[in-house]
Amino acid sequence: MRHLLSAADLTRDEAVRVLDTAAQMAATQAREIKKLPTLRGRTVVNLFFEDSTRTRLSFETAAKRLSADVITFSAKGSSVSKGESLKDTALTLQAMGADAVVIRHAASGAPHTLASAGWTSGAVVNAGDGMHQHPTQALLDAYTLRRHLVGDGGRADATGRDLAGCRVVLVGDVLHSRVARSNVQLLHTLGAEVTLVAPPTLVPVGVGAWPARVGYHLDEVLADVQPDAVMMLRVQRERMSSAGGGFFPSPLEYSRRYGLDARRLAALPDHAVVLHPGPMNRGLEITADAADSPRAVIVEQVANGVAVRMAVLYLLLAGTTTGTTTGTTTGTTTGTTTGTTTATGTGGAAAGAPAGVSVAGERVDA
Amino acid sequence: MRAGPAVPPDLPPDLPPDVPLDHPDDESGVPGPAAVEVLGAADVGRALTRIAHEILERNRGAADLVLLGIPTRGLPLARRLAERIAAVEPGTDPAALVGSLDVTMHRDDLAQHPTRPIGSTELPPGGVDGRVVVLVDDVLFSGRTIRAALDALSDLGRPRAVQLAALVDRGHRELPIRADYVGKNLPTAASERVRVLLAGTDGRDAVLIEGGAR
Repeated sequence: MRHLLSAADLTRDEAVRVLDTAAQMAATQAREIKKLPTLRGRTVVNLFFEDSTRTRLSFETAAKRLSADVITFSAKGSSVSKGESLKDTALTLQAMGADAVVIRHAASGAPHTLASAGWTSGAVVNAGDGMHQHPTQALLDAYTLRRHLVGDGGRADATGRDLAGCRVVLVGDVLHSRVARSNVQLLHTLGAEVTLVAPPTLVPVGVGAWPARVGYHLDEVLADVQPDAVMMLRVQRERMSSAGGGFFPSPLEYSRRYGLDARRLAALPDHAVVLHPGPMNRGLEITADAADSPRAVIVEQVANGVAVRMAVLYLLLAGTTTGTTTGTTTGTTTGTTTGTTTATGTGGAAAGAPAGVSVAGERVDA
Repeated sequence: MRAGPAVPPDLPPDLPPDVPLDHPDDESGVPGPAAVEVLGAADVGRALTRIAHEILERNRGAADLVLLGIPTRGLPLARRLAERIAAVEPGTDPAALVGSLDVTMHRDDLAQHPTRPIGSTELPPGGVDGRVVVLVDDVLFSGRTIRAALDALSDLGRPRAVQLAALVDRGHRELPIRADYVGKNLPTAASERVRVLLAGTDGRDAVLIEGGAR
């Protein structure tokens, strides 16, 4: 791996390798001394043009735990508010000797531009771009799912395993969600069956090409799919024009039809877990009952985020810099909201897999 | 075959011969065409039995003893040493004696090689504080792996003493490190490669020398 721009760039083996590395990183974080000398002398720049709490803190913690020097840059309070362009900002960082640039930007494709334009020689990690991709979130979600669903519910060693046969339902604002796009691709690559549930107004154009099924009625889908995991997506009001933006009649109606509450939680299979990428709109897409239930692994997702980002930084930065470039330069990222049609690696294998028990068996290869 | 994560797909098939490695990344266990067997299965077994006795003799028994194997080949060697120790010292549980110590994230040569997979670190119950830790590795070469192991160990606790057991000492040390217990001192050229095969992972016990200008 040279850069991490999109979940679609990861092959099944690469993704499993990140998860396995993350598991070893997580083991080191249970120790009294959590810091490792691995990236001593390397510089990681966090370039955040969009607001973020947990992603920025998570990357910062991950880099510091690996002994890298961290420079965190927020657009607020910088020359960006004076109108400095992405290019000039990147050239400034290059002059300071950044080995890796973690970028979050409101424009889809900004990380791809940064990685391919030659403005910086460092590795580029996409920490969320517009409505396009958020690959490290998908990786930490996959890691959390693997911990709970694979290897006898986390009691046996899941090293080397993917998510074959796991059924995951993503509910909510799919249209504006980069988390949903990255998750659909990565979960499919790892062999999981993904079902999207959203109001028709919040389903993007071209969703038919995604490796996922689409439903519009949450209760029907939950009864029908019997999911191993439910991932609630945040209603992204800041990306809607005004309160609701005409995407749904009222927050109360959205909450009744698509929110996760105690009744729907009770209808899930006993082993099913609830995920949410955060920040939560309590009372809108998820009630406090569901968010605080023991089956919600939302806080654990944050902890796993540090381990997964340590793994990503390790895999991008620790080896020789003259390594191979694994397909991350393919032009799938230029500013579209439908750039998600590429993750078709194992095609019909996942769809044709026996919709069997919750704990996944061996991977079904075509 | 391997205990650790899968071999990354972007490893080159052969490392350049001038790069000294304690742990060749190519650990397929398939000997090259010019391999010379210097220790057979019986020799390896005898060396391990002797080392086990030496460890007990030096430390006056197995109390407070911890054997930490360095993945990948060091771990099965540590397990076999523990079995031999338990056979001599009644009341010793071999499983409670053995742990693994991954040194990947403490290496000083990470930037010179393709990304290495990270092995697992598992300490026996009771940890390492105040105990005598014997590091176990297959081949002692530059000493850099052991330096990394000492760093990794200091993050895990404070052993009363640290000792080193190696099945093969092939010389060419680059750091002031020596082994307390050696199975076989093996004079080699720097360009040669020493490969240890173990029954659990490679089907048979043997030590091979390959490559070099012979």
